[in-house]
Amino acid sequence: MNHPSELKYTTSHEWIKEENGIVTVGITDFAQDSLGDIVFVNLPEEGDDVEVGESFADVESVKAVSDIFSPVTGKVAEVNEELADAPEKINEDPYAAWLIKVSDVTAYEELLSAEEYEKACEEE
Amino acid sequence: MERKTPLYETHLKYGAKMFDFGGFIMPVQYKAGIKAEHMAVRQACGLFDVSHYGEVIISGPKALEAINMLLTNDYTSLKVGSARYGMLCNDKGGIKDDMITFRLAEDKYMITVNSETQITDVEWMKSHSFGAEVTDISAEVGSVSLQGPLAEKVIGKVTDAEGIPAKYYTFKQNSDIKGIKCMISRTGYTGEKGFEIYTSADEIANLWEIIMEAGKEEGILPIGLGAKDTLRLEAGMPLYGNDLNEEINPLEADLGFAVKLNKPDFIGKKAMEEKGAPYKRVGFTVKGRGIVREDEDLYVGDEKVGFTTSGTYCAYLKQPLAMGYVRKEYTAPGTVLEADVRGRRVEIEVAQLPFYKRAD
Repeated sequence: MNHPSELKYTTSHEWIKEENGIVTVGITDFAQDSLGDIVFVNLPEEGDDVEVGESFADVESVKAVSDIFSPVTGKVAEVNEELADAPEKINEDPYAAWLIKVSDVTAYEELLSAEEYEKACEEE
Repeated sequence: MERKTPLYETHLKYGAKMFDFGGFIMPVQYKAGIKAEHMAVRQACGLFDVSHYGEVIISGPKALEAINMLLTNDYTSLKVGSARYGMLCNDKGGIKDDMITFRLAEDKYMITVNSETQITDVEWMKSHSFGAEVTDISAEVGSVSLQGPLAEKVIGKVTDAEGIPAKYYTFKQNSDIKGIKCMISRTGYTGEKGFEIYTSADEIANLWEIIMEAGKEEGILPIGLGAKDTLRLEAGMPLYGNDLNEEINPLEADLGFAVKLNKPDFIGKKAMEEKGAPYKRVGFTVKGRGIVREDEDLYVGDEKVGFTTSGTYCAYLKQPLAMGYVRKEYTAPGTVLEADVRGRRVEIEVAQLPFYKRAD
């Protein structure tokens, strides 16, 4: 399974990348693999507030619906609209298929390195 | 208790993700994933492990009488070599299980039952045996299902024409697949043409490999329970435990074709005649965004008028589909209702079943 070392991770299987004060959030390779074929993504809207540990989106696979939890507190600056028509992109490349970008970040969840995250996955 | 079918090691070898299904460790999907597996069965063919199903033999001079009392259908005209769908009901007319009955000989029938209900079915049949002999042979039998438009071509490569049943719901008992003795029936649960193949539990892993090898050119895939569920939903077929249970009678389930109320008697007959069908099973297409799954309440305004029992995204029709029960007055195709999906209202529309019907 692929978990790039330049990203940070949460135990609830989101990845984040921070660049110039903007935090990009997606779900991990482990998450997409355990969900199976993803067929719908319900995303928030630009300008919505997100909060650490609160659900901001859900992802529907053929098997189940899963809540996606925000690793940060802030404001949604951008939403990956492309996923509305092509949710399978998350299965194809979970690190390119980001969900949201967050600005005005004021709090973070405790984040894991790639190595720590992989250890957490093994224990699941 | 975790039970394994004789194909457990085979599933691991083919890269299956395993999960607990009613006490059996079964494959939910293999490497290709649910959507690809679903499409393989619609466009080529796929192989399913159905060894978790139970097999019960009803035999003796009273066998036919017993089956006609136990099950909803009428088996009097069933010929040796033919099969018939039916349901086992409780005294209240609620469905204990649905099953296919094969007439093996004049006084001998085999009934295939669902895995979760196998033990309670056998107990019920033994305590309501009407003088027939009831024998559970589930542990000795292994079975697979080969389904899809190319299933016939694949099975033709591994057995003689005499070993292949010609008509839907018929079977051949003494077929030979590359030296393995088996029974082949033209039955299935996907809406496609196909076969179910029964042999001994010791031989089933070899049989699996023979069929997978024979189907290589046709693009055969192993199919898990994930795609099995989406295939049967698309074909409008109810699943026991989801869409059928002991609280629902066969008339409500819209399975009246398999209920012969003109038989003198059978268990549950009186109760289902009295109750009738205040609710009825229907199919739904989803008009709003997202998926409507099982156990969602259905509304017209503030009034609850039904509930869903199955629902997910179906790959061939490329849309979310659902099944459920609504009050009689809301069963007409085109009726628009709202499902309460995790606190959000989603519009759904009653649709004609089956959603998918194959061309030929």
